[in-house]
Amino acid sequence: MNQITNTTDTSKIVGWGHDADRENNPTYPMRDRDAQDRTGADWQSPPAQRADVEVLQSIEYNRRPAVVGTSTPPSGVSGAIRRAAFRYSESDWRHWLMLLGADRINMVEGVVQDLGRGKIPNIPGEMGIRSELRHNQAGFAKKVAVATAIGTVFFALSQRRKLNEGRREIVVDQTVGSVKPDRLR
Amino acid sequence: MLAMNYRGPYRVRADQKPIPVIEHPRDAVVRVTRSCICGSDLHLYHGLVPDTRVGMTFGHEFCGIVEEVGSAVENLKAGDHVLVPFNIACGQCHFCKQGLFGNCHESNAQATAVGAIYGYSHTAGGYDGGQAQYVRVPYADFGPTLIPDWMDPDDAVLLTDVVPTGYQAAEMGGIKTGDTVVVFGAGPVGIMAARCAWLFGAGRVIVIDEVEYRLNFVRDYGPAEVYNFREIDDMAVFIKKQTDGLGADVCIDAVGGDATGSALHTLFGVKLKLEAGSALPLHWAINSVKKGGIVSIVGVYGPTGNMVPIGNVVNKGITIRANQASVKRLLPRLIEHVKEGRINPKALITHRAGIEDIADAYHIFSAKLDNCIKPVLVPNAA
Repeated sequence: MNQITNTTDTSKIVGWGHDADRENNPTYPMRDRDAQDRTGADWQSPPAQRADVEVLQSIEYNRRPAVVGTSTPPSGVSGAIRRAAFRYSESDWRHWLMLLGADRINMVEGVVQDLGRGKIPNIPGEMGIRSELRHNQAGFAKKVAVATAIGTVFFALSQRRKLNEGRREIVVDQTVGSVKPDRLR
Repeated sequence: MLAMNYRGPYRVRADQKPIPVIEHPRDAVVRVTRSCICGSDLHLYHGLVPDTRVGMTFGHEFCGIVEEVGSAVENLKAGDHVLVPFNIACGQCHFCKQGLFGNCHESNAQATAVGAIYGYSHTAGGYDGGQAQYVRVPYADFGPTLIPDWMDPDDAVLLTDVVPTGYQAAEMGGIKTGDTVVVFGAGPVGIMAARCAWLFGAGRVIVIDEVEYRLNFVRDYGPAEVYNFREIDDMAVFIKKQTDGLGADVCIDAVGGDATGSALHTLFGVKLKLEAGSALPLHWAINSVKKGGIVSIVGVYGPTGNMVPIGNVVNKGITIRANQASVKRLLPRLIEHVKEGRINPKALITHRAGIEDIADAYHIFSAKLDNCIKPVLVPNAA
């Protein structure tokens, strides 16, 4: 034990040492196999739930668990990627990376789904802009300033690129003796 | 019913959804009275957990009143006020028989590496969670626990995850009387781990974070010595100096994949997703614990891989203990601690909101605005 600079008076801490007696404490779970067979896979499974939606299943199971979640079944492009991901085990990075990719596509699908239902998603509201304005005005102003600065830089760069492309085209055209007047305007 | 609806990273809203129904004889439907946003929910909110689908309702910390039970549920009846452990566990499989209720084999079809958790992506089973007016509760004859008459629902809801996870973090540390315990992270779980370390007889508790208001809170609540890692040049050197050059007896990672403090881990783990989140606290824990010491992990990471100094684990002879909290196993002891005043869970609650304000509640918690420590939702406030 190390108490080099300890200044805490533990006698004043309510409950100090109450659970320190290991004899009276199950502590972290330990392997207790006394009542089980050789592999431990002998329990009687609960009755199986009949799910009326598609439920993907890890290939590491030898049978489906008795009870399953039925929220948001796979659908669309993201659903196809998720189905493909479940061809791989949980030990395979492709499984997880495909699922992460599907999540990002699913986000776009969600916006499209909203628009399809005639609902324009209030994205700033969904991101909690009201609380940002109430509790972090300085931070919000900073984010706006940074976003504006970045946007300005990108806009300036794109304008410059367009200008340069225009000049290059004029030079090319001059070599063959024909300058396009509309490019000069 | 009104329910939280995930729309993508950093985007949630409240929408109308159908009230859940009994899908299995051991199910119940519960009307939610309290529901929390957990630090673990922020990993979902930030898009770090694979197979988090748009349209899902989060929420694994909740309590409520039983509305309806399936034909096989005999120990609960409509009108019972119950707290519901965040793990969905059958109570009879190989793992449940050992008290590993966070690792049930009969509830999560999508993954064997994770037990089922309410509202925590399809990687954790694909169940809608309790940030809603109603929720489906599978294995209702095993998981839910009646809330004692004397218990405040604000205390009860924190017994579904925060308190047992903090307690198990300390428990897995195998703390011996007089030990020095370092807790990385001053979120609700880190705060509770610091508090519970004393129950196991710790001699000294140190908490590391960067958020000053949380450090100030745990300084009094733990109590604990607190340090801001932004003011520390090298964590391992700092902890060694604090412990006569040996290192801490026990280090607890109560942060998980959303950790800040390392540009490298943030780039690879959070931005590029090439790591399963930023593992800086785990890195610090391994290098700050003494030889032969114990690292206890309750911070949540994704299922892929992380850059941590695993060679040091071998060479220092470190024991790593980690798991999702086995809530059902711990509840009798924790209810007693609350009753006797040894733990005061509701002191962590700083914010309350209705489901309709879910986007703001998430943003305030995620961005650590308004000195937020623990937001609680009251979905059915009349």
